[in-house]
Amino acid sequence: MSFDFKLPDLGEGIREAEVLAVKVAEGQAISEDQILFEVETDKAVVEIPSPVAGKALRVLVKPGQIVVVGNVMISIEESGQTQIATPENISANVERRTNKQSTDKEANPTPHNGQAIAEAPIIATPATRQLAREMKIDLHKVPATGPGGKISKEDVLAYAESSNKQVPAIPGIAHSAAVANTLPDFAKFGEIERVPMRSLRRKTAQLMALSWSRRPHVTHCDEANITELEIFRNRVQYQDQVKKQGAKLTLTVFIMKAVALALQEFPEFNTSFDEQSDEIIFKRYYNLGMAVATERGLIVPVIKSVDKKNIFELAVEISEVAEKARAAKSELSELQGATFTVTNIGAIGGISATPIIHYPEAAILAVMKTTERAINKNGNLENVLIVPLCLAFDHRLADGAQAAKFTRAIIKMLENPRSFEKHLGA
Amino acid sequence: MVVGDATEQIDLAVIGAGPGGYTAAIRAGQLGIKTILIDAQTSLGGTCLNEGCIPSKALLHAAEVIELSNEAAVFGLQFQKPQIDINKLRLWKEGIIDKLSQGIVGLCKSNQVQVINGQARFLNDQTILVNREEGALQIKFKHAIIATGSSIIKIPGLFKSPKDADSKPVLDSRSALQLPEIPGSLLIVGGGYIGLELGTVYAALGSAVSVVEMTDGLLPGVDRDLVKPLANHLSSAFKNISLNSKIMNIEDTGNGITCQIQDQTGALRNEKFDYVLVAVGRKANTEGLALENAMIQVDKAGFIQINNLCQTNNKKIMAIGDVSGQPMLAHRAMRQGIVAAEVIAGLPSAFDNQVVPAVVYTEPEIAWCGVTDIEIKTNGLKLDVAKFPWSASGRAMTLANTNGLTKIIYDPQTNLIKGVGIVGPRAGDLIAEAVLAIEAGLVLQDLANTIHPHPSLSETVAEAAMSALHRQARRAASPV
Repeated sequence: MSFDFKLPDLGEGIREAEVLAVKVAEGQAISEDQILFEVETDKAVVEIPSPVAGKALRVLVKPGQIVVVGNVMISIEESGQTQIATPENISANVERRTNKQSTDKEANPTPHNGQAIAEAPIIATPATRQLAREMKIDLHKVPATGPGGKISKEDVLAYAESSNKQVPAIPGIAHSAAVANTLPDFAKFGEIERVPMRSLRRKTAQLMALSWSRRPHVTHCDEANITELEIFRNRVQYQDQVKKQGAKLTLTVFIMKAVALALQEFPEFNTSFDEQSDEIIFKRYYNLGMAVATERGLIVPVIKSVDKKNIFELAVEISEVAEKARAAKSELSELQGATFTVTNIGAIGGISATPIIHYPEAAILAVMKTTERAINKNGNLENVLIVPLCLAFDHRLADGAQAAKFTRAIIKMLENPRSFEKHLGA
Repeated sequence: MVVGDATEQIDLAVIGAGPGGYTAAIRAGQLGIKTILIDAQTSLGGTCLNEGCIPSKALLHAAEVIELSNEAAVFGLQFQKPQIDINKLRLWKEGIIDKLSQGIVGLCKSNQVQVINGQARFLNDQTILVNREEGALQIKFKHAIIATGSSIIKIPGLFKSPKDADSKPVLDSRSALQLPEIPGSLLIVGGGYIGLELGTVYAALGSAVSVVEMTDGLLPGVDRDLVKPLANHLSSAFKNISLNSKIMNIEDTGNGITCQIQDQTGALRNEKFDYVLVAVGRKANTEGLALENAMIQVDKAGFIQINNLCQTNNKKIMAIGDVSGQPMLAHRAMRQGIVAAEVIAGLPSAFDNQVVPAVVYTEPEIAWCGVTDIEIKTNGLKLDVAKFPWSASGRAMTLANTNGLTKIIYDPQTNLIKGVGIVGPRAGDLIAEAVLAIEAGLVLQDLANTIHPHPSLSETVAEAAMSALHRQARRAASPV
């Protein structure tokens, strides 16, 4: 009996994935748990193993293709269950094959005779199917949310929106799609190349547009004198302790810790706004997202319970997590559940930034480039190390004074390294 | 219109005014398409209305009343043996046909569909020639819909002398419905649904009915659970049912029919009957259409090949109904008729229906849709079956008919309804809920949580769904 393997539900909110690699060839024997595909979702690269043993009959996807949850990716003949060839099932197979052709080449009519098509049945009401036809949407591509994989009218509309299909005008709802599509013909002015907006880039674009357009952002900038902290941080015994575990004791580690502790004092920056119920959700846990620039784009792995972990533990975990993100090996669970995000762009440069809040959090802290500066201290010029900090926050959830105080609380810890001593760990 | 080489220019020519053809023509008229409906018969409605579904259901109703009057003795109602006025029965049946046929004429008129009586044939892929009594008419069309239906297959080889195939005591489904007389004895060749429906009529009217079926059961291909109550009933309503048996030879002796029958042991016997009914299949009506002139392709079985927009290999020419293949059922043709007209009008229509229900209007009725138990077994599908026997239905008890059964085939992973089979009175009406459930992608909970009128036979659908859910719950509670 042949088994149609469909792209499984990959977890929270993931509806589609881009095929990066196909690891089997048609006709090849497959063992259970053998890796069939490598796919990239909005969040990570995932390897997909085979749930059954058998032989690959047909591979239905190619690298670069976007697959939606529920799409058939490969047809496998399960071993131990060889189909007995009877005239009926031979003719059924032939019919199925010809049906398949008809979808490939629409122009050619094929024996169909109004029989339900055997493969990948669409579960949707007749009215929904009609709507999809009107909107020229292939229901096979629409992610289903209903029981048993049923596609609702809302699923069709959501898919249309996400794929920028023209949605029939609904009074009262403005459609940005129409505006977004009115671009000049750039090719008139010189050579251009069009690259599809995919996976991570697309997800980032969606999230940023959502956050920026729906949240009143205010950015507050301040700076911390980390001269003493740098001496503290570079103490050989501390560095060695962390180095033993293959990690580095970076400035980010201290900033993360300081942020988590300051958040306990200023809980309004550890919230989300539930617009549907008009409530502020205060989170009593302190999971910090850490923006990591990777080859594929921006990834934000999450360090859980930063308040409860000591500096050395954090140093090791931050190194590991960043490494995994860069190697595109982050697991979905490691990318979810952040309450606040820190983005450190200081290694590249910059004196200030206006970061965009990582949806659906309340605030984000950008750490800029540390510079040496001479300051006047009691009439003497003194060389100090200064790191600018820029806090962007949702003004609906907090005010400027609170933001200034929150930032000062972080700075106070950073300027007084002894405050970290009790968090150093064994 | 001008007699002779008259020519009409038209948007749409529909050939055949059966359920598919008239539905297509009327829908096209509604959509403002200039349409001509052509039929060789003067009475519109095709096989279904004139010599099929409608007259047989009228006669089956008469049979049902007779049977009910017999069965009423169980609850203390004794009737005299009914006096049957066969002429009046025939007139009543023909009155229904007339009324419905006139209804189609009226609908065509009110939707600006022009009706032409005559035999149509393609001259090329843009022209039809219609042979009318008043002279030939050429029709230049932009689109055409072929809805010529199907006709009875004759098997001269069954008869000792091939001309006996056309002799008076040899009936087919059409002549049997004309009710020539009530035979004393009637042999039905084959245990298919047309034979059993007509056998039910004649048995109720008083004929001694015998059935000879080649396979080991009646209604080959239909779920055995559903056939069983019918087989039980027919074993007493009919005189004799011979399974695993073969008709070797039929002879019209001029004094009735003599038939040689071979039973499963290979033994031969001769039996005499007043009439014999041969109802063993139907073939696509493409003869005389000159499809080759329009270069329309047919498959090996003679059916016109279509896609899910009902288009043939020439997109301007569509085919619907029996002529386009199985299942040869009027309701499939009607839906295709709507789709074809809408596609021609440029609307986003398609025949994307998940299931086509089937009904056998015997007593008891059998109806099913979607996946069947037989398909589960033959194809090793991972689907479960839940049954609700009507012996537990209050409504069935008050109807003194508790031999029915409702079964639901569902996917245990998703609870989606995949198929439903019903046997019992009005199964053909009850199946509609199941068709909608599958078409709309409903799950067991949808059926179970919907309020069904009590007491009613429709409750058995909800009850079957509930028993499936209980089993699912038990399974979840005790992991294997």
